[in-house]
Amino acid sequence: MFPQLIDTRPWRRAVDDGLNWVVRHWGGTFESAAYPLLMLLKAIENLLIATPWWLIIGLLTGIAWLATRRWQLPAVVLGALLFLGVMDLWKDAMTTMALMIAATLTAIILSIPVGVWMSRSLRMRQGITPVLDLMQTLPSFVYLIPTVMIFGPGKIPALIATIVYAAPPLVRLTDLGLRSVDPAVMEASRAFGTNPRQRLLGVQIPLALPTILAGINQTTMMALSMVVIASMIGAGGLGYQVLQGIGRLEVSRGLFAGLGIVALAIIFDRITQAFGRQLQARIGMQEAR
Amino acid sequence: MSDPIVKTDLAIAMRGVTKIFGPDPEGALALLRAGKSKAEVQAETNHVVGLDNVSLDIAAGQIFVVMGLSGSGKSTLIRHVNRLIEPTAGEIIVHGTDVLKMSLNELRAYRRTKVAMVFQKFGLLPHRSVIDNVAYGLEVRGVGRKERLETAAKWIETVGLAGYENSRTRQLSGGQQQRVGLARALSMDSDIILMDEAFSALDPLIRSGMQDQLITLQKSLNKTILFITHDFDEALKIGDRIAVLKDGALQQEGKPEDIVLRPANEHIEEFVREVNKARAIHVRSILERGVTEPCEQSVSMDACCEDVLPLFAEHQWVGVVDGEGKQIGRVTAKQVIKALARHTPGVG
Repeated sequence: MFPQLIDTRPWRRAVDDGLNWVVRHWGGTFESAAYPLLMLLKAIENLLIATPWWLIIGLLTGIAWLATRRWQLPAVVLGALLFLGVMDLWKDAMTTMALMIAATLTAIILSIPVGVWMSRSLRMRQGITPVLDLMQTLPSFVYLIPTVMIFGPGKIPALIATIVYAAPPLVRLTDLGLRSVDPAVMEASRAFGTNPRQRLLGVQIPLALPTILAGINQTTMMALSMVVIASMIGAGGLGYQVLQGIGRLEVSRGLFAGLGIVALAIIFDRITQAFGRQLQARIGMQEAR
Repeated sequence: MSDPIVKTDLAIAMRGVTKIFGPDPEGALALLRAGKSKAEVQAETNHVVGLDNVSLDIAAGQIFVVMGLSGSGKSTLIRHVNRLIEPTAGEIIVHGTDVLKMSLNELRAYRRTKVAMVFQKFGLLPHRSVIDNVAYGLEVRGVGRKERLETAAKWIETVGLAGYENSRTRQLSGGQQQRVGLARALSMDSDIILMDEAFSALDPLIRSGMQDQLITLQKSLNKTILFITHDFDEALKIGDRIAVLKDGALQQEGKPEDIVLRPANEHIEEFVREVNKARAIHVRSILERGVTEPCEQSVSMDACCEDVLPLFAEHQWVGVVDGEGKQIGRVTAKQVIKALARHTPGVG
């Protein structure tokens, strides 16, 4: 046994008391600060549920067609969506999809500027990388409990936990994509008298877009992988069905809802990947590889 | 390649430009000033001397070639003219303005209007079409869409890429891509064009075609072109003047003939030995000047030895005429042979 060198109990007590103090004094503030997030999530969810099922199937299949211009992917998307409908999972799937979309949108808004910042300053990169590592490896329950204490159970802590878990790959890939733009192209742009903003928007981001899109793909996948955990604190959706299946030892319920999550993952993974490939072909990376 | 036009206003003047790469260039500079060599400075401080006290005068309207092997500092040198690289010491004056004293905004304005650049690796934007690439510099300058596309289309046609306006750059061959790079620089209509090993990545035949095109274009444009190359033949072909760099230091600067006929040191002699002198030496630099009786055959003073040699099979004398067709002198086979033989090991 490792000898006890110091008594850690006061530290633990300090952390617990500190959190309680924050919840007591700042809980309301935090909650109202997160209100826009909740509104975003609610709006997306209401929209998805209010939209007739055939329109959603039509839209997603159409997007899949636009992304590939072939029949295979639209067929897969159509099949996956029909599965969700036939298995009586449609409404839950829309709730889960809304959580995933809200988390991904928020992650995009937060991660891309951070990625840009990291790509420009070595110090920023050194400072942020360990934070990203922490966000990805810290068991989600560790930060789930304090978030629930602060915001109360419901959709907000679920959304925040999903964002925390899903944002890091996008930050990393944005940083990587921006830094791996051909230095010869960057120099040429500089030689023509561009300012940093013109280089970022006109050269770096367009050329890094395939990598950034790969990051968005990763973010959607990781957001979906959080739905079961998120449903434990009131996110509802497919994850809740899985949870109920486990709780009631109804294997079928858990299995079908689990397959429903897989179906959503396939739809969004294949569509974002197809767009990434299309973009790369447009930039001409395929010949260069 | 005409006789340097009598037009001596300076476009670019570099005075004692020194560049040291490393975290403490000033310390290394002190050692260099104290008389240590590039190798000694590198061994002592781990700093690389990119340029060592280079001074050049580049007259307006010339093609000025800087020649050197890789690592000689030539690419570093050209990047000082538009300050893509900041010198450790020295002065760079372009058309009377001190480039190093410019603020960031002035520097950007200078790059947008006064100097254009062509790159060895082309540096084209792969996500844009050919015409949008050519118009890029004008777009950065703030020229309206219609006007810049018109200008771009004109230059695309001039460099022989008409019909490729809407292609992606990756779909083009290396030679075509560099034509895009050239058109992009030319559409800026800047007084100065910097060409950093612009033709080095191209196949020999295509390279030769591009050189001819540059020479033809220059006749009508009269720009100041600073051209970097590691190819001595290329330097001789297109240069009005040539400077040779080695280890960041200037070895010799002069007209192509000066360098071929009077190489300043062994390093340059090594280049000269490999070169086709019959093509490099022009009759104007070896002719016997003076009014003589008209010869049966005559050549232009811009002709090179290669052009006159076959004429000696039939004639003893060949007349040399100037641009207006007036005879200004004559050459003999002996003079040509002497010029070609000079500096060849074991002979002169």
